[in-house]
Amino acid sequence: MVAGRHAPRGVQGVRMGIRHWGAALLAGAMAAWTPAGAQTLTLAVAAAPTSVDPHYHNLGPNNALAMHIFGALVDTDAAAKPRPGLALSWRAVDDTTWEFKLRPGVTFHDGAAFTAEDVAYTIARVPTVKNSPGSFLLFTRSITGVQVVDPLTVRMTTRGVTPLLPVDLTQVHILPKGLGAEPATEDFNALKHANGAGPFRITAWRASDRAELARNDAYWGPKPHWERVVYRMIPNDSARTSALLAGDVDLIEAVPTQDLVKLRTDKRVAMAEAVSLRVAYLMLDLSRKDGQPFVQGPNGETLTTNPFQDVRVRRALSLAINRQLIVDRVMEGAAVPTGQFLAPGSFSYVADLEPPKQDLVEARRLLAEAGYPNGFRITLHGPNDRYVNDEKIIQAVGQMWSRAGIQTKVEAITWPSFIGRASKQEFSAFFAAWGITSGEASNPLRAMVATFDAQKGTGSANRSRYSNAALDAVIDRASSITDDAARERALIEATRQAMADVALITLYQQKNIWGMKPNLRYVARADEATRAADVSVAP
Amino acid sequence: MTTWMLRRLIQAAFVMLVMTVIVFIGVNVIGDPVEILISPEADQAERARAVAALGLDKPLWEQYWRFLSGALQGDLGRSFVFNEPALKLIAQRMPATLELAITAVLLSVILGIPLGLYAGLRPNSIGGRAIMGASILGFSLPTFWVGLMLIMVFAVQLGWLPSTGRGPTRELFGVQWSFLTWDGLRHMAMPALNLALGNIALVLRLTRAGVRENLPMDYVKFARAKGISPNRVVFVHVLKNILIPIVTVVGLEIGGLIAFAVVTESVFAWPGMGKLIIDSINVLDRPVIVAYLMMIVLLFVVINLIVDLLYTVLDPRVRLETKE
Repeated sequence: MVAGRHAPRGVQGVRMGIRHWGAALLAGAMAAWTPAGAQTLTLAVAAAPTSVDPHYHNLGPNNALAMHIFGALVDTDAAAKPRPGLALSWRAVDDTTWEFKLRPGVTFHDGAAFTAEDVAYTIARVPTVKNSPGSFLLFTRSITGVQVVDPLTVRMTTRGVTPLLPVDLTQVHILPKGLGAEPATEDFNALKHANGAGPFRITAWRASDRAELARNDAYWGPKPHWERVVYRMIPNDSARTSALLAGDVDLIEAVPTQDLVKLRTDKRVAMAEAVSLRVAYLMLDLSRKDGQPFVQGPNGETLTTNPFQDVRVRRALSLAINRQLIVDRVMEGAAVPTGQFLAPGSFSYVADLEPPKQDLVEARRLLAEAGYPNGFRITLHGPNDRYVNDEKIIQAVGQMWSRAGIQTKVEAITWPSFIGRASKQEFSAFFAAWGITSGEASNPLRAMVATFDAQKGTGSANRSRYSNAALDAVIDRASSITDDAARERALIEATRQAMADVALITLYQQKNIWGMKPNLRYVARADEATRAADVSVAP
Repeated sequence: MTTWMLRRLIQAAFVMLVMTVIVFIGVNVIGDPVEILISPEADQAERARAVAALGLDKPLWEQYWRFLSGALQGDLGRSFVFNEPALKLIAQRMPATLELAITAVLLSVILGIPLGLYAGLRPNSIGGRAIMGASILGFSLPTFWVGLMLIMVFAVQLGWLPSTGRGPTRELFGVQWSFLTWDGLRHMAMPALNLALGNIALVLRLTRAGVRENLPMDYVKFARAKGISPNRVVFVHVLKNILIPIVTVVGLEIGGLIAFAVVTESVFAWPGMGKLIIDSINVLDRPVIVAYLMMIVLLFVVINLIVDLLYTVLDPRVRLETKE
């Protein structure tokens, strides 16, 4: 049975209230409940969206909610590959021009027809959003002009070759031009402007608590099974699991690993899982030539060299890690070991690049060869409240390094403090993870491997300050090839070189795991989004 | 009385000013909000844009000055995360926390005082001993563990109560409350009990200690000798005398319950202010943190004021002192 538990007032009352009282009484008007019905889905997400405005804050949870209400030109399938969304097809006319053919017969929630003008309006709106803590400009900045060819054809000219423009546009949700000049974020949260072409309309919004959605019967795609969706936000892991077990919600995302073993054998719960685009890695500080703040000699003496400058040391540290053991024991199987950025089946996956097997003998040999026969002392840092099992992972790595002769201390600190210090190169070695939203290798290569260069916008997450001019050239070339097959070959080459030089130590790809009532099915996605339209009832 | 009030208010204003400085500097030391809020894949140019958009490119003293001049006009800044006025965010979540805290306080008074009286009047009975034993558990078990156990038993195993969330609400005086509907009360039962548990034990033990202390006193003996009924002795004479410490503690606890119901609100996914502050700290949402803490300082000042006034009602000696 998949019924809403709460039944008092109708949704109609909410909309009336908002129309009459406007934003001032928002808090008051938002509390109506979903009527009980056989076609209500209650789901719980692990991270709360911060706004209904799809262009306010570029953040996974916001984009996942926006997917329900709005919709982008290009959509992504469960494996994160681009597929037609509001655009039926796209092609590169020349090196700096993309042409999109739009889907005919699409209407927004208010009944207005979707045309190329709306695309132009959306691209122009993105930079005008006020106070944005993370702008979608990131995806539209390369666009220098939008040309409306006819109502269903739009051309975009770009600054330089931008092969990834269609992928970038998967994050940019289309708004109807009827919203007028510079619609305010607050008006989206008050549901005045929450008008899109997505499978659901939003009927209630209570920040950090819940959103309520109603099916858009005029949706262009397959009609979702659910008339109503209650989109709850329960960041606390055990609260989320209990809500599922107690039957308060029908489906949860991000099933905590400590509950996996129990839930996998529990008849009240069905699971769906997919390897994600989030890769866990270690970075070793290369910003210093002499010495390291958290590395000392084997007897605690100060070092005048930075051991990580030697690729043999980096390789030894990678070989000392038993990735399979971490995946099996710490992650409870909710990950797959890796020696590169992406999982099998992704664009630019390197088929013959196996995850490194633990080899302590070789690791010790490499260390001795590099001039550290007795190893050294090191402190490995990591967050303790950000990634799945982050603190346990660094403990496991620490023990493995110690076995290879590198006496490792671990220190886990809270994320707000951790990330600021990591960005200032205050650590010698740290653990983190990276979500590859584009689903292909140019994104991690440009952000984490390419030399830190504010002018070019590369290396923005290269906190180790790894720099390799030859590899930079390969990455630059690879990210400016329009032809897909040729670009994939170039990206594979760049990945291969980055991994051979141990620019960073990749450990595993996380799995995304959903838990649901046994009569439900979910198409597990590589991105972490939970899409109500992809939840169905088992036949 | 007036000068006393005035002095208290000036003190309060000073405390709040100091608070803003401490919080401003403190939050600045913890980390950089942009690092946390911005999409990890943002490049350097986007980062610079976000820093400027949030006004973080200005020197700290200038940011503080802007905040202060805004605060004097009743504007405590906009949340970095939600792009809404910080005060509005807090006000939106306040009813949820208030009703939870007030229910918890009522529970602790309604359950704590009678149980404490019983344990005080019959200290050697089995009931009295059992109450005292249980009260130790009441304040020594960690709230989050008790919360999880409550959920496991009443929601997951027995299925009597909903596990988390606030449930349906109904409007009263323009605000949404959940204690007005049956289902809302069911949602509130476990978090309120969880929040109240420690306080029930505290009130209970205070009451018992007070009763034990007062019973041998001369005025009780005298009242008995006068032939006043035992009920009147206990409920009028003794109770009135032991209420002073209880009122103090309950007053302070109300503040604590409202301000720091963080754990209970997180475990039960209760959309109140406690959850807002912990979420805001996690993402270094500076305006919300500052506004929230200022409000809490104000709250404590007001509660202390009310407690002091209550003393004068309850204790004639205090009344005399303030008159002098």
